[in-house]
Amino acid sequence: MASIRTKSVLPGYRLTLGFTILYLSLIVLIPLAGLVVKTAGLTLPQLWDTVTSPRVVASYRVSLLTAFYAALVNVVFGLIVAWVLVRYRFPGKKIVDGLIDIPFALPTAVAGIALTSIYAPNGWIGKLVEPLGLKIAYTPLGITVALIFIGVPFVVRTVQPVLQDLESDMEEAAVLLGAYRWRTFRKVILPELVPPLLTGFALAFARGIGEYGSVVFISGNMPLKTEITPLLIITKLEQYEYSQATAIALVLLVLSFGLLLIINSLQRWSNRRLRSS
Amino acid sequence: MNQWKKRKSSSSFILLIVAALMITVLSACGSNNKNSSNGGNSSASPSASGAAAESASPSSTPKKGSVELLNVSYDPTRELYVAFNESFAKYWKEQTGQTVKINQSHGGSGSQGRKVLDGLEADVVTLALAYDIDALADGGLLKEDWQKQFENNSSPYTSTIVFLVRKGNPKNIKDWNDLIRDDVKVITPNPKTSGGARWNYLAAWGYASQQFGGDEAKIKDFLKKLFANVPVLDSGARGSTTTFVERKIGDVLLAWENEAYLAKKEYGDDYEIVTPSLSILAEPPVAIVDKVVDKRGTREVAEAYLKYLYTPEGQEIAAQNFYRPRLPEVAEKYKDQFPQLNLLTIDGDFGGWREAQKKHFADGGTFDEIYTPGS
Amino acid sequence: MAGALPSVAPVSRETKSKHLTESTRVKWTLIGISILFVGVVVLLPLITVLLEAFRKGWSAYVEALKDPDAIAALKLTLTTALVAVPLNTIFGVAAAWAITKFRFRGKNLLITLIDLPYAVSPVISGLVYILLFGAQGFLGPWLIDHNVKIVFATPGIILATMFVTFPFVARELIPLMESQGIQDEEAAVSLGSRGWRTFFKVTLPNIKWGLLYGIILCNARAMGEFGAVSVVSGHIRGETNTLPLHIEILYNEYQYTAAFAVASLLMLMAIVTLIIKSFIESRMVSSKHGE
Repeated sequence: MASIRTKSVLPGYRLTLGFTILYLSLIVLIPLAGLVVKTAGLTLPQLWDTVTSPRVVASYRVSLLTAFYAALVNVVFGLIVAWVLVRYRFPGKKIVDGLIDIPFALPTAVAGIALTSIYAPNGWIGKLVEPLGLKIAYTPLGITVALIFIGVPFVVRTVQPVLQDLESDMEEAAVLLGAYRWRTFRKVILPELVPPLLTGFALAFARGIGEYGSVVFISGNMPLKTEITPLLIITKLEQYEYSQATAIALVLLVLSFGLLLIINSLQRWSNRRLRSS
Repeated sequence: MNQWKKRKSSSSFILLIVAALMITVLSACGSNNKNSSNGGNSSASPSASGAAAESASPSSTPKKGSVELLNVSYDPTRELYVAFNESFAKYWKEQTGQTVKINQSHGGSGSQGRKVLDGLEADVVTLALAYDIDALADGGLLKEDWQKQFENNSSPYTSTIVFLVRKGNPKNIKDWNDLIRDDVKVITPNPKTSGGARWNYLAAWGYASQQFGGDEAKIKDFLKKLFANVPVLDSGARGSTTTFVERKIGDVLLAWENEAYLAKKEYGDDYEIVTPSLSILAEPPVAIVDKVVDKRGTREVAEAYLKYLYTPEGQEIAAQNFYRPRLPEVAEKYKDQFPQLNLLTIDGDFGGWREAQKKHFADGGTFDEIYTPGS
Repeated sequence: MAGALPSVAPVSRETKSKHLTESTRVKWTLIGISILFVGVVVLLPLITVLLEAFRKGWSAYVEALKDPDAIAALKLTLTTALVAVPLNTIFGVAAAWAITKFRFRGKNLLITLIDLPYAVSPVISGLVYILLFGAQGFLGPWLIDHNVKIVFATPGIILATMFVTFPFVARELIPLMESQGIQDEEAAVSLGSRGWRTFFKVTLPNIKWGLLYGIILCNARAMGEFGAVSVVSGHIRGETNTLPLHIEILYNEYQYTAAFAVASLLMLMAIVTLIIKSFIESRMVSSKHGE
């Protein structure tokens, strides 16, 4: 291992990397490997049938689309919120800042129950939008709302520190060169923010795909329409179909993993490009 | 990896600390459980005070001291067993002088069964349907013929499926065929994840079967129409009740009779119970988990616990919690509470739970046919 | 700022500030959007929880919190956090050090693996431990023979919590330490500083806010985790119920007020940790100015 790293004068490489890998293996990798082994109890055709049956495919669609839209909403608003929190002073700023972390801390089941009571047809917001013919709870829109809630901190908290560290020299230089604010933002600030925005998006998206606790309350769980993939995993378990459950779980896992890998590579690539330029 | 050895001193130190920490945690809790499995008076506190708990003496003399039982049950029985446990603890104390503490665990019937199968040490299981206990038998936790161990199919109380409608029955729902009307919205949990919902489904199936003389195509069509009227398919029975009473969605809730009564009790007179012309005899069975009681030495108290369900006292408590009692004299006393209706049985009309599960609820079963794309 | 750019005196202050920030209208629009967004998405559910919690008045609220089962659940939740958070913190620091201070092949993969628990469905995070330690699992029979219980007992709950909160500290530190580079440490080492000393004297002061923040998040999530814990807990009242599970039970018993009361307790704990965080932060800033 030592041979493939570049020399560094700093100590602790083997210690920290060794510990990282050990702990990672114990807590994450070995348990996840169990998933693969259990799935191996199915033959390939069985596996294929399980993960491509129409209801399962429909649930991927629901889970992926709602998570995607929710993450998108969070990127847009998360950027604005992070910007406001870093750049401006206004009354109540601390409160807004503190509220951002609440979705991390609130048990997902509580979030689900609270959101359902707000967006159900007889809830505060549900009542408001019902005359418009809009239904939120028990539709894919409701799932998206829940996932927006779950994903809020991811984007804000990844963008915020980068924005904070952003040297204003460059902005000043741009201004000196006669650039206007919007142009400065687009050409100077935004490129710096792309990596954290991507990370935030990926984290919110990946979390959204797997979210269960808050979604089951608000989704209505209608097969083919609002049934999410994690619910199908539970369904399989209730039927004592362990290997089918793990098969679907594995699909989710591979999906999330691939996504994270792509985004992390993208981010490092853009980091390097930024540094070298 | 050879270089590892050179740095051994510092790196193995950290590893040691972590390993020690993890082992302490695991073993502390392990011994805690060992202790409680000996029937000692382990504290409810789950803190890692394993060392202290270790000193508690194992109850080698079963009739003294105290004993703990774990009853793993399904969702709607919480209130029933809170009352029943209290009564049984008193009875057991009088009979033997021993203090018994009964721990309760509730959840969806299927997931509760699975937990026991996966190692949750339940002395007794009281689940929603025999299929879930059959799964335990398949796993070798109890005997194949467990259902013969106690009277009445090991089901000390029964229930059935009824309709809960809003006050005044505005949609005039009287029977199953009203549920497929275009203007009626039906709330039921998902039969795939809820034991109660499977009884709902089978009751509807039974009704349609009688209507159409067993013509399967027509029966399936009936159920398809029924489920087309379901706007929200919660994963559990309690979830459906909440959707119906709190969110005010739907015109009729298909529910356990006891659940319907309980909802009526909790929410006052905003609801009415409609008894359909035909329903199904729901028999929530009970069983001793042989493997666990033999290991923990709790067979005697576990058996007494379940038998107590059949006594007049136990039956009375069941009736008070809206379960239909088996004992004739108690049934007579509560006969106004439980209207008579035609009841199908799972063994007589559906060939037993294994058969019903395979035909209707397993993958590709009739329930899956209802939800096929494009329909 | 002006000192940093002495040669740009001709640029008047006004032009600079005009182009360096937005017009007041844009500024307040953005602030408005932010407050509205956070208000609707986050604050509204919080208010709902509080309103429900106090629907039956203060005494009912206190009653719900004094319930012995609620207290047992609180104890278990705290125990879980007390074990899971420190372990994950040690891991997070080690991982961040290895990843940001050295270059090696497979780094991307390692970072992604560390992120993985974020993305794994909570249902799966619980399930994997059942597959491993359950009675039908790979190690289950051995554990039963040796009378060690992991799943459906406290260790299982701790493990599932560790899994779910695994990346929080590392995730917080990696970008931070990345942006700080390794110059400070290299300088210290070239001046003869030893490994641990370098870490405590040079690195730690630089990362302490990120670290603290990571710990706070990790802790908040550890106390609030529901899905994964629900799978590995036996749901036994007063024994293996954490606060979030206790909330679910109360909710299922039609005790909505009590359920939300306990939920508000969790919320309160989260808010208190956040207040502590901003308090330390402001003290740090003022002490920095004092120097």
